[in-house]
Amino acid sequence: MSEYKRPKNEREFKENFKQKKSLMNDTQAYIESSRCLFCYDAPCVNACPTGIDIPLFIKQIQTGNTKGAAKTIYDSNWMGNACGTVCPTEVLCEGSCVYNHQNIEPLQIGRLQNYATMSVIKSGKKLYSPGEENDKKVAIIGAGPAGIACACELRTFGYSVDIYEAKAKPSGLTVHGVAPYKISNEEVMAEMDYLQNQLGYNIIYNQAITSKEQIADLEANYSAIFIGVGLGATAQLTMTGENLSGVHGAVEFIEELRMAHSDIKIAKKVIVIGGGNTAMDAASGSARLGADEVILAYRGKKEDMGAYGFEYDFAISAGVHGLFNASPIEILGNNKVEGVRFIKTESSNGKLSMITGSEFTIECDMVIKATGQAKQGSLLGQIDGLELDKLTRIRVNPDTNQTTNPTYFAGGDAINGGAEVVNGAYDGKLAANGIHEWLTQH
Amino acid sequence: MNTKKKIDLSVNFAGIKAPNPFWLASAPPTNTGYQIMKAFEAGWGGAVWKTLGVPTINVSSRYGSTNYRDTRMVGFSNIELITDRPLEDNLREMTEVKKHFPNHAVIASLMVDTRKEWEDIIKQVEDAGADGIELNFGCPHGMCERGMGSAVGQEPEVLKTIVEWVMDASNIPVITKLSPNISHITDPGLAAVQGKTDAISLINTIKSIVGIDLDSYAPYPVVDGKGTNGGYCGPAVKPIALNMLKDLMMHPEIKNTPISGIGGIENWRDVVEFILLGATSVQVCTAVMHYGFGIVRELESGLVNFMEDKGYTTIYDFAGKALPNVKEWKHLNLKSQVKAKINEDKCIGCELCYIACDDGAHQAIALSTDGGRIPTIIDDNCVGCNLCSLVCPVEECITMESFGDGKEHETWNELTESDRIPNTWNDERAGGKGHWVPEPTDALKTKRKDKSGWKKRSDG
Repeated sequence: MSEYKRPKNEREFKENFKQKKSLMNDTQAYIESSRCLFCYDAPCVNACPTGIDIPLFIKQIQTGNTKGAAKTIYDSNWMGNACGTVCPTEVLCEGSCVYNHQNIEPLQIGRLQNYATMSVIKSGKKLYSPGEENDKKVAIIGAGPAGIACACELRTFGYSVDIYEAKAKPSGLTVHGVAPYKISNEEVMAEMDYLQNQLGYNIIYNQAITSKEQIADLEANYSAIFIGVGLGATAQLTMTGENLSGVHGAVEFIEELRMAHSDIKIAKKVIVIGGGNTAMDAASGSARLGADEVILAYRGKKEDMGAYGFEYDFAISAGVHGLFNASPIEILGNNKVEGVRFIKTESSNGKLSMITGSEFTIECDMVIKATGQAKQGSLLGQIDGLELDKLTRIRVNPDTNQTTNPTYFAGGDAINGGAEVVNGAYDGKLAANGIHEWLTQH
Repeated sequence: MNTKKKIDLSVNFAGIKAPNPFWLASAPPTNTGYQIMKAFEAGWGGAVWKTLGVPTINVSSRYGSTNYRDTRMVGFSNIELITDRPLEDNLREMTEVKKHFPNHAVIASLMVDTRKEWEDIIKQVEDAGADGIELNFGCPHGMCERGMGSAVGQEPEVLKTIVEWVMDASNIPVITKLSPNISHITDPGLAAVQGKTDAISLINTIKSIVGIDLDSYAPYPVVDGKGTNGGYCGPAVKPIALNMLKDLMMHPEIKNTPISGIGGIENWRDVVEFILLGATSVQVCTAVMHYGFGIVRELESGLVNFMEDKGYTTIYDFAGKALPNVKEWKHLNLKSQVKAKINEDKCIGCELCYIACDDGAHQAIALSTDGGRIPTIIDDNCVGCNLCSLVCPVEECITMESFGDGKEHETWNELTESDRIPNTWNDERAGGKGHWVPEPTDALKTKRKDKSGWKKRSDG
């Protein structure tokens, strides 16, 4: 039987999806911040994609300058609060803390970061105001981490900014795509409101940009356009049974989990197919929703999974069972999913091969495919002169994030093929500086 | 076979006997008989009763502290005065304590004004059973405004006169407690000896403002929006206390007077250090105010362990043993050379040694050039200052290693006597002559720097 009972209400849901990195209290922050060595050219800063001056903000927390600490964080990263909780700090800043070399627990940088940012978010203390208004307008497609970061930065330069968002909420992946124990919807929205209230960009919700006409409109009305559209729906496996009832995409499952909480349906026996971080979130989420049994099936070896080790461990700790070297060949069932047929694989010299005659079936009543997301190729193909690489990622100048169509800049998953919130935040800020440079010169 | 010698911690301090040298200083922990009995029960060997005199009135909000990061009370300041309890209550409790603990030292700290008052109160504490008297000439707040406490400690002539009055009147041993708020501690020390004191204790608290409240703009501790200077003590003052103890113990006319060491003592190492500089009892206050009487367990265990390891049976076996090694600077060996060495297996790559040396000392540490984070010592530039080994957060990672055979010996004093010291502005004999330093403009050249905030990818 599973470790978690099916949550019947919001209270039980919150209990099952307790925040992994809870907000520190004042004493925790004081004691933890005391441990920072204030390294020279600190490895944690170098490990942060946005280069937050971590030793400085920790010292600011230590000396009671929490507002200054929040400013240090936001000066480098507009998604400062979200990144404190959803960043894989274990492999970034905290993973590079020098304490690790003496087997001492690294500084809890992510939690300290949240301590600082949540303190200004809760108090509403303003850190920024828009730059002097100029007469130029910039459109942003997608209110994900990249789009929001780009908007914030552009507002500090005085540009008028409209963000077109396909969904009903801002922050993209942060609110739709990561497991609920990483960050709560309320916390995400609080940061979004905090930024928008200070900087005053517009977000037009439920407004997907999909057609040639819309693109022409944007081009006619804006001096520059930032593309931060992220990735699309879960990719198709082209496998028999994929369209049976009870087969879900992981991205869609997590989005529903984030929006519906305890109202989401979960089956008794769930098979999650995939080995990435989204697969871990889906498996862990299923277990926490009270599924009797959750099997995480990966086609290769455990060590070859794309997911971070700590994400796998976290899923296992929720009661998920790992199944390795099992490649799905068919989803079984009539109308409704009844099981998955696998074939055993073996890895040699980095190549995976099927073992003939080793097919086997595991019964289940729900399948979650965490097998990557489709690209937003259809939109991107409609923009003139926008070059994509072989993996359908937008090509950009790495110093400015300007695309091959000079009016367009891009960032986030649309250029990196799928990475972290922090990468999007970096890209958006970089692009805003690129846009500013470009529009100042032209 | 265990040939461990039996260790005897008992002391006879100027005639005051106690089972061990761990005494409580005159302060809030010795305000009542209850506290002192509790302390003796916990293992303390003696207690100096909170200063008796004409009872005073205290303010509310009395203590302030200096914290270092998450370490509380590395320094402690108080503006509490002498006892505010009637004398008869104190004396009754004193008798009670002596009845239960006849072999423990109970010393009455006294602070009064006129000769008549001194004679009167001495008689009363003798009758109550006190084993000795301590003269409070140190309190640097409040009482000094009324001509007592440090007002006496800062006037050697007045101090001497009062010591003489007390010595005339007292039938029990007298300890004169000195104030550190003076340029030369030997001045009041010598005055006390000349007044025929039996013993000396030091230091009392140091005049201080421990901090300013950033909202009310008043010094801590804040009393109704105002504050006053307090007396500073706690671990932060230990170095000052040790130096003053050394000054007295090296003075030919003072060194034979027993000294009770006070100032920042919190653990057995502190105790041993005071004894090595000549103290033959120690007094503790702040550590007890922080952790309670129970810390005496650590003091005793550590002291006994040290004595076992070194083969001592009483504290007198090693009292003052560091004094022959305390010299004037001019007698230190200029030819002795140590240099830093980094243990690469232990280094965690914080690079604090590098930046401390480069910004704060002698530019003798280089960053790794192979992309790693283990710095290297530039031996030719290392002056052996210790700074890197002091900032290094890892135990025994940076060590200071001796260079040369250690046979060469030359002091500033010897150089002076043979007329070989540098004596012109650009003397060839300058110690730093030829020591490599970077060009001033090298400071502006691009090198691996501290990151400060958001950087473009291409900025690296």
